[in-house]
Amino acid sequence: TFDKILIANRGEIACRVIKTCQKMGIKSVAVHSDVDASAVHVKMADEAVCVGPAPTSKSYLNMDAIMDAIRSTGAQAVHPGYGFLSENKEFAKRLAAEGVTFIGPDTHAIMAMGDKIESKLIAKAAKVNTIPGFDGVVETADDAVKIAQQIGYPVMIKASAGGGGKGMRIAWNDEETREGFRFSSQEAASSFGDDRLLIEKYIDNPRHIEIQVLADKHGNALWLNERECSIQRRNQKVVEEAPSTFLDSVTRRAMGEQAVQLAKAVQYSSAGTVEFLVDSKKNFYFLEMNTRLQVEHPITECITGLDLVEQMIRVAKGYKLLHKQEDIPINGWAIESRVYAEDPYKSFGLPSIGRLSQYQEPLNLSNVRVDSGIQEGSDISIYYDPMISKLVTYGATRAEALSKMEDALDNYVIRGVTHNIPLLREIITHPRFISGDISTNFLPEVYPDGFKGHQLEVGNRRELLASAAALYITAQLRSQKVLGNLRKTCWRLILQTSTVEVDGGKVEVSGQWNLASTLLPLTINGTDRMLQFKVRVLSKLAAELNSYMPEKVAEDTSSILRSPMPGSVVAVSVKPGDTVAEGQEICVIEAMKMQNSLTAAKQAKVKKVHCKPGETVGEGDLLVELE
Amino acid sequence: MMAAFSVARSSCGLINGLRVSFRSLAPVKHGAVAAAALQTSLLPDCRRYSVGHLSVKERIDMKRKAALVGGGQKRIDAQHKRGKLTARERVELLLDPESFVESDMFVEHRCSDFGMEQDRNKFPGDSVVTGRGRINGRLVYVFSQDFTVFGGSLSGAHAQKICKIMDQAMTVGAPVIGLNDSGGARIQEGVESLAGYADIFLRNVLASGVVPQISLIMGPCAGGAVYSPALTDFTFMVKDTSYLFITGPDVVKSVTNEDVTQEELGGAKTHTTVSGVAHHAFENDVDALLNMREFFNFLPLSNQDPSPIRACHDPSDRLVTSLDTIVPFETTKAYDMLDIIHAIVDERDFFEIMPSYAKNIVVGFARMNGRTVGIVGNQPKVASGCLDINSSVKGARFVRFCDAFNIPIITFVDVPGFLPGTAQEYGGIIRHGAKLLYAFAEATVPKITIITRKAYGGAYDVMSSKHLRGDVNYAWPSAEVAVMGAKGAVQIIFRGKENQAEAEAEYVEKFANPFPAAVRGFVDDIIEPATTRKKICRDLEVLASKKQVNPWKKHANIPL
Repeated sequence: TFDKILIANRGEIACRVIKTCQKMGIKSVAVHSDVDASAVHVKMADEAVCVGPAPTSKSYLNMDAIMDAIRSTGAQAVHPGYGFLSENKEFAKRLAAEGVTFIGPDTHAIMAMGDKIESKLIAKAAKVNTIPGFDGVVETADDAVKIAQQIGYPVMIKASAGGGGKGMRIAWNDEETREGFRFSSQEAASSFGDDRLLIEKYIDNPRHIEIQVLADKHGNALWLNERECSIQRRNQKVVEEAPSTFLDSVTRRAMGEQAVQLAKAVQYSSAGTVEFLVDSKKNFYFLEMNTRLQVEHPITECITGLDLVEQMIRVAKGYKLLHKQEDIPINGWAIESRVYAEDPYKSFGLPSIGRLSQYQEPLNLSNVRVDSGIQEGSDISIYYDPMISKLVTYGATRAEALSKMEDALDNYVIRGVTHNIPLLREIITHPRFISGDISTNFLPEVYPDGFKGHQLEVGNRRELLASAAALYITAQLRSQKVLGNLRKTCWRLILQTSTVEVDGGKVEVSGQWNLASTLLPLTINGTDRMLQFKVRVLSKLAAELNSYMPEKVAEDTSSILRSPMPGSVVAVSVKPGDTVAEGQEICVIEAMKMQNSLTAAKQAKVKKVHCKPGETVGEGDLLVELE
Repeated sequence: MMAAFSVARSSCGLINGLRVSFRSLAPVKHGAVAAAALQTSLLPDCRRYSVGHLSVKERIDMKRKAALVGGGQKRIDAQHKRGKLTARERVELLLDPESFVESDMFVEHRCSDFGMEQDRNKFPGDSVVTGRGRINGRLVYVFSQDFTVFGGSLSGAHAQKICKIMDQAMTVGAPVIGLNDSGGARIQEGVESLAGYADIFLRNVLASGVVPQISLIMGPCAGGAVYSPALTDFTFMVKDTSYLFITGPDVVKSVTNEDVTQEELGGAKTHTTVSGVAHHAFENDVDALLNMREFFNFLPLSNQDPSPIRACHDPSDRLVTSLDTIVPFETTKAYDMLDIIHAIVDERDFFEIMPSYAKNIVVGFARMNGRTVGIVGNQPKVASGCLDINSSVKGARFVRFCDAFNIPIITFVDVPGFLPGTAQEYGGIIRHGAKLLYAFAEATVPKITIITRKAYGGAYDVMSSKHLRGDVNYAWPSAEVAVMGAKGAVQIIFRGKENQAEAEAEYVEKFANPFPAAVRGFVDDIIEPATTRKKICRDLEVLASKKQVNPWKKHANIPL
C-alpha cells in the first residue's frame, strides 16, 4: 500500500493508527503540539513534526502547518483519526489538491453527510427511515422557537456541523429553546466556525444503536453489525457494546441494509458509521452518518476479527474489499468502557486535570484490550479531550465479557487525576444493564440525584473493614521490622492469614501483603478480590480519642461560587452589586469544548467578582462571592 | 472490589485482635514492680504520717490515682472541649500500648508562697507527665505538659522532671519528644521557674546532635518557654490549638500598638508559612500524634546509630519510566520536583519538612530500599527553584540534622542561581546562602547528587557538588551545568557581537548539556532518569561503610 502515512491526530487514536501502520510495514508520521512533544504517539511514530502551540485551533486544527508537515516528510496519505480534521471537507480538498490520499471517504460524501440537513434528505431519498419533524437552518432565537413549536416539543437543538453529542441540547419549552439556541450557536461558532443549527423532534427513551459500514471505491459496501451505545451522559457515550442485546437478526439485517443503501447512495468509500435511534418497538430512525473511524470501533473489530484501520488504508489505496457480507461474523461479545479523567460525582463526569502519577493498565488479564495514548507521568491538560483510554473486554458470551470488564476495572490503577472507573463499574454491574434494559436515559433514570458512589452492602463493608484492619496490622508489624531494633527477634512471623472480627462476624483475609504495590490481591472468606486502598485506620484508642477532636468548620458554600473544574471563563453575567435569584446564571465556564453554566445557590447580592471572561481558572478557584 | 475506598474510622471490634498482638510485643508494665515491693516491706500500722488514719500503701494508691487525673475531671472536660487531649491521653496515643514507664509521679512543687503550700494546690506529678516508652518497639523519652494543672505552667519541680528524662535519654542514647501545652512560667515560683527553663535549655543544647529532639506544640507555648522547642531539632504544631510567641497580643498592642490575634501572631499557619519556626502543622491532636509515630520511624535513636533500615516491599531495582519525560523540553518551563521524589523513593512515602515555607526548596525524609535518607531538592515550580535566604536556611538546617544523625543525603538539583535583588542583599543572602554551602561541605554522611536540569553559577557549587565531597554525582541528559543561562552569558562573552542569536546557539550547544561537567569528572555519570532509583539504592549499599572525618576542632563556626 502506502510507504508513509501521516496521522493528523493525537492520543489513543493516533497510537491506534500507528500500530496498524507498523503491522502493515508502513512508516508513520506523527504531528503534535508543543505540549505533546513527549506524548506516546510521538514516541511511537517513525517521525514527528510539531505543528504549533497547545490550543487545538493552532495545532491539530492548523491545516497550513499540517500541510507543511506532509510536504516536509513526504507522506503519501493522511489518516485523520476522529475529531479534529476527520470530517473537514476543506482539509480533504486541500489534500486532494496536493495529490495526497485522505484515508477516509471522498470529499462529496463528507460534505453530504457532514451537513445534518442534507444528510437527512439523502437518507430519505435512499429509503432510509428518518426522524419525523425534521427541519432547516435557524437564524434567530425567535425562528428557533417557531420551528420548535411546529415540530412539537420536546425538540433537540445542535450544531449542524458538529459530530457526536457535543453542542446538543434538549428543549421542552420556548424558553429552553431560546437558551439552547444561544448555547448551541456559541458552541457551534467556537468549535466549528460554522454557526448553523439543527432542530428536530426528540425521541423519548430511545436506544442509540449504530451500524458500522465499510465500502470500497468499486461500489462494494458491507455492514459490520451494530454497536449499542445507549449508555451516555450529556449525549456522550460512556459504555458501548457489540452486538446489542436488543436487536434480533431481522432488525439487524434491516438496519444493516439501509446503512449500506445510504453508503451506496453517496458513493461512500472507507469505514463509516450510520447512527440510528431505536425506540422500544424496534422502530429505527436514521440519526446521522459519521464519515470517519469511530471512537468505539474496537468492539466491532473484536466481534468481526477485522482491523478497520487496515481496511481503511487498503480502500484508500483503491483495493477492493476482501470480504463478502456473508463472511462477516458475530463472534462473541465485546464491551468498551471509556475511561475518562473526570469526576463522576459531578453530573456523571466533569473534566479533571492533572498528572498521572501512577498508571497501570490491566493488560495482565486475557481478553482485554486497552487503547490509550498516555502513560505513567503523562499530563491530562485542559487543552484536549480528557479520555484516558478505551478499555475493551471480550468473551464468548456477554456475561463473560462483563465479568472480564469487572476484573479489568478493578485491576486498573490510575492515580493523580480523578477518574470515572467507580461509575463505569457501577454501570456494568447494575442489574438493569446486565439485563440489557437500557436507553440513552439510563444514567439519569438510575441515578436521579447524580452518582453518589458505590453503596456498600453490609457484607462488603465487613469484608472491606476486615481487609483494611489486616492491612493496617501488616503495616504496623512492618514498622517494627527495623534493622537493629531491640525487639526484632519477636517478629519472625509474617502475617499471611488473619481472622478479623467485625461487628461480631468473623472474616478471614489472606494474601501476599505487599505494601508497595498499588494492587492488593486478597482472598476474603475464600473469594479472590482485587483491592486498591487509600485507607486510614485508627486503633481503638485513637478512634476513641478522635471523638474529642473538633470538626473543622467548613466554609459556607452557598455564598461563594467556585469553579467545579479547570477551564476558561467564557462569560460573566453579573457585576458587584447585582441581585441574583436562586438558579440565575452567574457565569459560564468552558472546559474541553463544553460550556457549563454556573448558577446562584440562593438569592443574594453579588459581593465580589473574581474572574473575567477569557481567564483560565483551576478547579476550586473562587469565581464570585455573594453576600 | 472497588477502587479507592476510604475507611475513616475502624469500628471497635476489629482492632481487638490487634491489641492482643501488641501486648505480646511490648510487655512492659509501668509502676507495678515498685508498688509490689513497698507492699511487703511496710506493714499497714508500722508507721503513720500526719494524715493519721491512712497507711503508706493507701497513700501511695491515693497519690497515683490523683496523678492520673491531673487537675481533675472538670479541667479535663475543659481540655477536651477545647479540642485538646490530656497529657496522659497524648502519651498513651504516642507510645506503643502499655509501653509507657512513668517517672516522678510523686514529685510535687515546692512553692510555699501565695498559699501554694496548701494541700489543694498540690498535685502529684505536678504539671508534667514524664517517662519513657516505645514507638514501634524503639525506645523514646517523653514529657507531656499537663494543662489541667496550673495551666501547665513550669515550676522548678516540673523542670526538674523534664531534665531528669533528658539526662537519661542522653546516657542511653534515645530521642526525646516533648509535648508542649503550657501557659508559661509558674509566676508564684519566680526565679526558680526561670532557672528551670535555663536547666532545660542547657540540656537541649547539650543533647543537640547527640539524640534527636522533637517538640510537638499542642497548646500555648509563650515567653521564654519557646526557646526549648526552638533549640530542638524539629518543632511541630497543631492547627488552631497551638501558639508560639515571645510576647502575646496584649503586650504587642501596648508596645508596638499593633492589633493582632493569637492565631495571626503565633498560630500554626504563621509559623509554618511565614516565620519558618515550625516544621509542620497537623490537623488535630490525634493526627499530630499518629504522624509523630510515622515520623519517629525515620529517625535513628542517637548519633551512635546508623540510619534505620526498615523492611521494604518496593523493589530497589524498580525502573521509573515516568521520569524520562518529566523534565520539559523548554528550559523555562516548570515541573514539580515532588513528582520526581515521590516516584523515586520507597512506596511514594515522603515526610516533607516545612512544606509550606520557602517552597523553592524541598526537604524531607524518605526511604530508599528501606533505609532512611534525607532528600533535598530545588523546586522549579516555585520561583524557578532559585536559592534565597529562607530556602538556604531551611536547607542548611535539614542537611545538618541528617549529617548529625548519619542519614545519607540525596540532592536533586535544578537551580538557576541565587535570587538577585536588594531585598535579598540587604537581608544578608551572602551569609545565609553560606549556611547551605557550609552544611553540605561539612557533611560526612553519604551524599548522592542528581542534576535534573539547571545547575547554574555558585548555586551549582552549593548544591552538594562533587567539589564539596559529593560521593556520587549524576546528571540526567537534560542537565546543564554552566556559570549562567545562555542569554546572560552571550551578552558578556560576545559583547558587541552582531549576531546574538547565533552566539546564543553556540553557547547552548557548548554548555546547555551535561558534557562540560562530565568530561571533567565533576559528574560521575550521565544516567537515564528511569534508572535513578536503582542506581541510588545500589550506591547507598556501597556507601553504608563510608568513613570520613573532618579535622579536629572544638566546634566549627558556621556563619550564623
